[in-house]
Amino acid sequence: MSIQAYDDLNSMQIDVLKEIGNIGSGNAATALSGMLGRTIDMVVPNVQVMDYSDAIEFAGGPESIVAGILVRLEGDIEGMIMFLLEKPFAETIISSFMGTVSDDFVALNEYERSALTEMGNIMAGAYLSAISQLTDLFINISVPSLTIDMLGAIMSVPAIEFAQVGDKVLLINESFIIDNKHIKSNMILIPEVSSLDILLKKLGVN
Amino acid sequence: MPNIVVGISDLKVGKSPDILVTYALGSCVGICLYDKMAGVAGLSHIMLPDSTAIKDGHKSSMKFADTAIPMLIDNMKKYGANQRNITAKIAGGALMFATNSQKFNIGERNVISVKKVLHDLKIPIIAQDTGLDYGRTVFFHASTGKLQVKSAVKGIIEI
Repeated sequence: MSIQAYDDLNSMQIDVLKEIGNIGSGNAATALSGMLGRTIDMVVPNVQVMDYSDAIEFAGGPESIVAGILVRLEGDIEGMIMFLLEKPFAETIISSFMGTVSDDFVALNEYERSALTEMGNIMAGAYLSAISQLTDLFINISVPSLTIDMLGAIMSVPAIEFAQVGDKVLLINESFIIDNKHIKSNMILIPEVSSLDILLKKLGVN
Repeated sequence: MPNIVVGISDLKVGKSPDILVTYALGSCVGICLYDKMAGVAGLSHIMLPDSTAIKDGHKSSMKFADTAIPMLIDNMKKYGANQRNITAKIAGGALMFATNSQKFNIGERNVISVKKVLHDLKIPIIAQDTGLDYGRTVFFHASTGKLQVKSAVKGIIEI
């Protein structure tokens, strides 16, 4: 049976998507460690399929200010990856790159913004190589774009674009440990519904 | 403190002294309708411009500008509002990610659609804070028709 919406996913299919999240997070931690030149430990990520509104609450509420990095997926799979970084995470990344970081989170300078964007690029690549390895699918990623604003407003972008698919997203909550500090990020993976179908077929759970 | 929360693809009506709020409008648009004589305020949070563009499934009237606004007016009438006395203030419709191509500038399309629907219903827009590239939370005061728009970059402004 083909998948028409996220609501149609059964528990086995959700488990498979979760496993992609686990492998992707492992790759991402390795990539992040290489990028920052530091040892990074990772706690097992929490992967869930949830409603947009629940995902927003889970990630800090609609008005919490986060850095959102949006990457589009093109090729055999179409969709979107959105990284949501809380301020401490973003500041850790920026200060590792640049040594310092601006006080005002919503008014970062050009260099600080490109450090975050580059991180999104590397992390997205890490997730996608996990998916590609498991499925043999060819996936390209767009140049990431960054905005620092209210979480709810950032999430309205995928919510609107995938409004026809349904109201669910795959949310991967990860916790990395850098210099004994826990920093958290959320990643949201939203394949187009036809791509979700292709993905699950390739993984043998359709 | 706001006492009526309007979610995404949702609409609500209040009377003085209610304060309606909808959080973090991005590309979505908040439509605030007010009948001063009756003291009735309505707030709709739409996501998409046009219900006729969507074939089927996941179709909720409160999600689209063309269906949500008439529905909001009907609900306001139940509270004693008169359509001829209703005025509008609108906020939202931002382009959240700068590199989005025009095709994805749904915020702008939402604003255009909202304006057209209000125009067709002969409801004047007396204030607006739309477009640009940032999210907005709106607080709509049923006692006065005052609209407060809160954003990360500009703080709270009143329109």
